[in-house]
Amino acid sequence: MSKNPYELTWKEIPIGFIHTDYMSAKKNHTGSWRSERPIWNEAQCIKCGVCSLFCPEACIVQDEKGYFHADLDYCKGCGVCAHECVTGCIAMKPEEA
Amino acid sequence: MVKRKGVESSIALADAAAMCNVDAISAYPITPQTHIVEHLSEWVNNGELDAEFIPVESEHSAMSAALGTSAMGARTFTATASQGLALMHEILFIAPAMRLPVVMAVANRALSGPISIWNDHGDIMCERDIGWIQIFAENGQECFDLTPACFKIAEDKRVILPTILNFDGFIVSHMIEPIEYWEQETINNFLPDFEPQIKLDIRNPSTMGAVGVPEIYYEARIAQNEALLNSKSVIKEVFEEVTKITGRPYNLVESYNMEKAEVALFMMGSLTETAMTAVKNLKKRGIEVGIVRPRLWRPYPTEEIIEAIGNIKALGIVDRAMGFGAQSHPVASEVKSTLYSSDKRPVVCEYVIGLGGRDVRIEDIEAMFLELIEAAKSGKSQPVKYIGVRE
Repeated sequence: MSKNPYELTWKEIPIGFIHTDYMSAKKNHTGSWRSERPIWNEAQCIKCGVCSLFCPEACIVQDEKGYFHADLDYCKGCGVCAHECVTGCIAMKPEEA
Repeated sequence: MVKRKGVESSIALADAAAMCNVDAISAYPITPQTHIVEHLSEWVNNGELDAEFIPVESEHSAMSAALGTSAMGARTFTATASQGLALMHEILFIAPAMRLPVVMAVANRALSGPISIWNDHGDIMCERDIGWIQIFAENGQECFDLTPACFKIAEDKRVILPTILNFDGFIVSHMIEPIEYWEQETINNFLPDFEPQIKLDIRNPSTMGAVGVPEIYYEARIAQNEALLNSKSVIKEVFEEVTKITGRPYNLVESYNMEKAEVALFMMGSLTETAMTAVKNLKKRGIEVGIVRPRLWRPYPTEEIIEAIGNIKALGIVDRAMGFGAQSHPVASEVKSTLYSSDKRPVVCEYVIGLGGRDVRIEDIEAMFLELIEAAKSGKSQPVKYIGVRE
């Protein structure tokens, strides 16, 4: 599906509504849903990576210094990382309107 | 040389499925369908049929497994009846939506309650709008002939839809009758190998059964309905081929003695054979009546039904299922609305007969025909009549 799938007419629906465009879910930027974003206090972070293991979007990545950050294109702001953090170094900050 | 042998219809149907070289069978035994899958499991167990037989714990799982094997590109067969078909209900919708050409034989049986293992069309009438192609066989020979036809229709690239082959439980399923088997070579030439459009393949990933958000669900449903409506021409083509192979007429809608008849009964399944005897008996008395029997039920063959009804004066519509609290019972509802969309206005009499395995006698049908002749004379339509019920 090259066209925006929401603009397809019924004649353009692929047979059986089967999606053959591999990895197409990546185009769906779920970060737009977010009302809060996780902020890491690197002074308290022990680089254990528990946050990245629990992230339901698998969008928490490690930087070159070993600290963790959320990819805000996909982070929905669910707060699971903040809840699971061993040292409590992740705070959920409301998004500015 | 075509072999003709005395065999139970269920066994003939199972043999036909095996001769179609099915790859996967998932099934749960339920009366009166059990002999079919029992026989197929023997074939697989004895190494005579190279197929995967998946025994499951319920019909819900039988249909789910069938979707899985079909999605993998396997020619898939299952069979069920009554409560089993009802238990499949939610999964039945998925097969046509995902365009998986599963073939299922349904030995039509009454639904509970009261509990009944006997024949009527209560089970399939609850599932008539699930999006499957639905065909009604009249006897064991049709069960055999239509099995390869179902696979051919279902798997045709212009169709790709699951198909149900209905036949009356016990009355047909357990009847031993002389059945002409096709040669294996005839089936091989008739039925090409199943080439799925898309199959589950890790080298070529795809998502089957994705969510349809409000922006796209509607279009997906319309696309599915159009596919079903468009299948009619292919079904006709395949039936014509079956006619050529067998020398037996396979039309979407069969007419019997309609040329001379002024009144007719509209019915499906094996009941037609009883009705044909009634037609012959009345003929001897100089009374000409006819029968219209749709072999294809979904997609509903509107044009063919209107053509078959012709210009008769009175039409009796026979239901073998209850539509509780409905304006009419299922078949009558549909046939009456067919008439409304055409310019035909025969007098209509509605009948329910043979529920839960109640025997239908030739005299019952003769009485219905005679009543239709009276209705044609008086010009008065008649509300539904429950034939044979004790008042």
